Amino acid sequence: MSDPTVDPYPISINGADHAVRTSWLGESLLYVLRERLGFPGTKNACDQGECGSCTVLMDGRPVCACCVMAADAVDAEITTVEGLGGGAAPTDVQQAFLDAGAVQCGFCTPGLIVATTDLLDRSPDADVPTVREALSGNLCRCTGYGRIIEAVGMVQDRRRADGERRASPPGVG
Amino acid sequence: MTIARPIDLPSALDALTALPGAHLLAGGTDLQVEVNLGHRRPEAIVALRRVADLQGIDITPDALDLGALTTYAQVEAELAEAAPGLATAARTVGSPQIRNAGTIGGNLGTGSPAGDTLPWLVAMDASVRLAGPDGSRVVPVESFVTGPKRTDLAPGEVIHRVLVPRVDGPQHVAKVGPRTAMAIAIASVAVVLDTVGRRVRVGLGSVGPTPLRAREAERMISDAMDWSDLRASPADIARFGDLCAAAASPITDHRSTADYRRHAVGVIAARALERCLHR
Repeated sequence: MSDPTVDPYPISINGADHAVRTSWLGESLLYVLRERLGFPGTKNACDQGECGSCTVLMDGRPVCACCVMAADAVDAEITTVEGLGGGAAPTDVQQAFLDAGAVQCGFCTPGLIVATTDLLDRSPDADVPTVREALSGNLCRCTGYGRIIEAVGMVQDRRRADGERRASPPGVG
Repeated sequence: MTIARPIDLPSALDALTALPGAHLLAGGTDLQVEVNLGHRRPEAIVALRRVADLQGIDITPDALDLGALTTYAQVEAELAEAAPGLATAARTVGSPQIRNAGTIGGNLGTGSPAGDTLPWLVAMDASVRLAGPDGSRVVPVESFVTGPKRTDLAPGEVIHRVLVPRVDGPQHVAKVGPRTAMAIAIASVAVVLDTVGRRVRVGLGSVGPTPLRAREAERMISDAMDWSDLRASPADIARFGDLCAAAASPITDHRSTADYRRHAVGVIAARALERCLHR
C-alpha cells in the first residue's frame, strides 16, 4: 500500500513503476496513460465505457481505462497493449490479427488484442459464442467482425498445434 | 480535487466527515464517465475500492450477504447457483470490461431506474446495510431508491452490504434493449417464485421512477396458479402480463416511448413467468 501523503504516487504499468502526480489522480486512467505517461497504444474513442478501445488489464482483468479513476490504479497492476508485445516481437494474438486481416483502420485493434489475450488465457478453448460475448464490449466500425473472430480461432488452432508438437516431437511415438 | 483512498470502513467514514459533499467512487463506470463528459466536477471523492469491509460474498442457507463492492463479474461467477436471477441480470450489464469494474453497491448508489440488478433485488425483498457516522441502519431496496438517481443515502453514509433473504424456487430475469450487449434497459423484469410461501414476486425496471413491485399481479397469479406442479393457465399468464403492464408508470424519453415500455414489460413479465413454470 503506497503512502497517501506522498506526491508523486507510483503506478505500476507493464511491470514498471511510473510517477503520478496527486493532481492527476482525478483524471481517468486512460488520460493519464495517453497524455501524462506516454502510452498511446490504449485508444480513446468514446470516453464512456461503450467501445472498448481503451481496454487494459487491471489486476489481470480487462477494464475500460476511461472508466477507471487514476486514483484507483495506484496499488493496482496495469497492463497495456504495449506490455503484451508488438513491433518486432508481436504476440501470437497480434500476429493472428495481422494474418487474418482482422485490422482495417486499426483503432479498435489494441483493445481487441487485450480482450482477446485475456479471453484465451482464461478460456483457451472458448467456442465462437463465448468469443463473441467476450469481445462484445469492443466495437469495430470497419469490419463485420468476421475476420476478428477468425483471428481468435487462428490463435487457438496454432496453440493447439504447438501443444501437440511439444507433446509428440517428430520421430517419437 | 481532493481524493481520499481509505482502506477500511472507519477511515472511509472519517473521510466522508472530513470531506462533506464528497462523491463516493466504486467501480467508476458511472462517476468517471460523468467526469469525463464534464457533467460533474467533483471537488472531493472518497474512492472505496480498497475498503475491505465492503468486499466479499457470504452465502448461508438463509441469506446472501454481498459486499457493496461485489462486481457484476463476481456475481456472474460466484452466485450462479445461489442467486441465478441476479447472475443473469449481472450478465446483461454492459460488456465484460464494465462487469469487471461495476459493482452492485454502485448500481444501488446510482439508483438509475434502468439499474440492471434492481428489479431482482426488490423482488427478493433485499435490503441495504448503510454505515454512517452514527452507526448502521438497514433499509429495504424498495424504499432505498427514492426516485430517478435518488436514494435514501444520507450525507456521511456509505452502502456497506447488500442483504438478500434466500427463496426456494425458480427465478428468471428478462430485459429489452437495442442489442444484447452494451444495452441500457428499455424495460426489465425479475420474476421470483417462492415455492415454500407459495408467492410469486415481480420487480419491474426502467418503467417507473424507481424499480417497482407489481403487487396486484403477484396476488393474482399466486392465487391462480397450481403450486403442486408449478403450472398456470395461458389465460392466467396473459392476465399476469397485463397486470404487470398496468403496474408500470413509464415515461417517454430518448430511449423509448411510454407505450412501448408498458407493452414490453408486460410481454417479458409473462415470458419470465413461463420460464419459471413447468410446461
